[in-house]
Amino acid sequence: MNRAAIDLWVGIFVAIGLGAIVFLALKVGNLLTIGAEPGYRLEARFDNIGGLKLRAPVKAAGVVVGRVESIRLDPKTYEAVVSLRVDRSFEFTKDTIAAINTSGLLGEVYVSLDAGGETVMLKDGDRIGKTQSAVVVEKLISQFLFDKAAESGNAKK
Amino acid sequence: MYAEVPGGVAYWLRRLGGAVTGSIGRLGYASRFLLAVLWHSPQAFRRIQLTLREIYFAGVLSLVIILMSGMFVGMVLSLQGYETLKRYGADEQLGILVALALVRELGPVIAGLLFASRAGSAITAEIGLMKTTEQLAAMEMMAVDPLARVIAPRFWGGIISLPLLAALFSAFGIFGGYLVGVRLIGIDAGAFWGQMQAGVDFWPDVTNGIVKSVVFALAVSLIAVFEGYDSKPTAEGVSTATTRTVVISSLAILALDFVMTVFMFRGTGT
Repeated sequence: MNRAAIDLWVGIFVAIGLGAIVFLALKVGNLLTIGAEPGYRLEARFDNIGGLKLRAPVKAAGVVVGRVESIRLDPKTYEAVVSLRVDRSFEFTKDTIAAINTSGLLGEVYVSLDAGGETVMLKDGDRIGKTQSAVVVEKLISQFLFDKAAESGNAKK
Repeated sequence: MYAEVPGGVAYWLRRLGGAVTGSIGRLGYASRFLLAVLWHSPQAFRRIQLTLREIYFAGVLSLVIILMSGMFVGMVLSLQGYETLKRYGADEQLGILVALALVRELGPVIAGLLFASRAGSAITAEIGLMKTTEQLAAMEMMAVDPLARVIAPRFWGGIISLPLLAALFSAFGIFGGYLVGVRLIGIDAGAFWGQMQAGVDFWPDVTNGIVKSVVFALAVSLIAVFEGYDSKPTAEGVSTATTRTVVISSLAILALDFVMTVFMFRGTGT
């Protein structure tokens, strides 16, 4: 094996090796989207976000239209402020309802946007007025048990 | 000298002590050997062609086995993962499962094990045979330092090759997982990649995998050149050294992997 051939093969090897690292970083690890993602920003305030995480999908009618960009707590109102980065090709009406849902019982938590009937569209930086917080299963169960207990208490009277 | 009864308590204690001091001494010798190799590395880099040649033998020629194994591991992972995830209705999470398993663990570990058996053993056998046929001694006679001329290029060739091979293993494994998961089983391609991108982070998942593969590369390369350099200059000695390289490298990879995993992923919750 002469020198030029070895150089060529080593060059190919190192190039595809680095290519694999880039593939892992961009396609698998999604490094690109950490920076400036194209799309516009919407803000929604929730009483409770449940298990919502950063970069969770934003879905409209089940189709992914964006990602959760940041989550913080408003120190005055104690509401969670969630900013959503939504693809530019989708526009939502002013009376859109943002809700935090879970896909399946154990599935991932996502934000769903249900567009309303208005003609005015939300613009970059707007706040979504109507929101629906995450359903906390423990609360539901305790409420259910409490109601049951109250019922049986009433029946005894 | 002590007159000892073979099989007595003192005899066994002495054997135990001898084994412990022997292995600690060998560890110290290996550490000094590592320092010597690093010390001679700048000299070796002045003739970079030698290192390139070793990258060719250790890296390029290992490509086929690494890529094939990566693909099959990814395909099996995809099939088995699907069977389990389906029970919980979470089969769309298959992308995360395949990617995290490969990037965090299987890529560096299996690539390291394959590299140790494919390239590490070859390096040990080559250096051992050079020692047996007194080529290393002949080099010293000609004022050529075998550490710079023979050992350091092989050491660095391994360190450069293995992280690249591990990344290729993971990438081809994910591709194999995609083939089975999306093409064969029929999971939605968008869900497969989307879930993967949502669940795998470049930092820390991918970077920790790369750190692991660099550490494994250091361990395997050092063990391979050390066992070759330290082998008994006989046919039997070379064969023993080659076996030791594969056994010790494999154990070192698995043990180091456990230790690094404990530190990297303990309590991150994801």
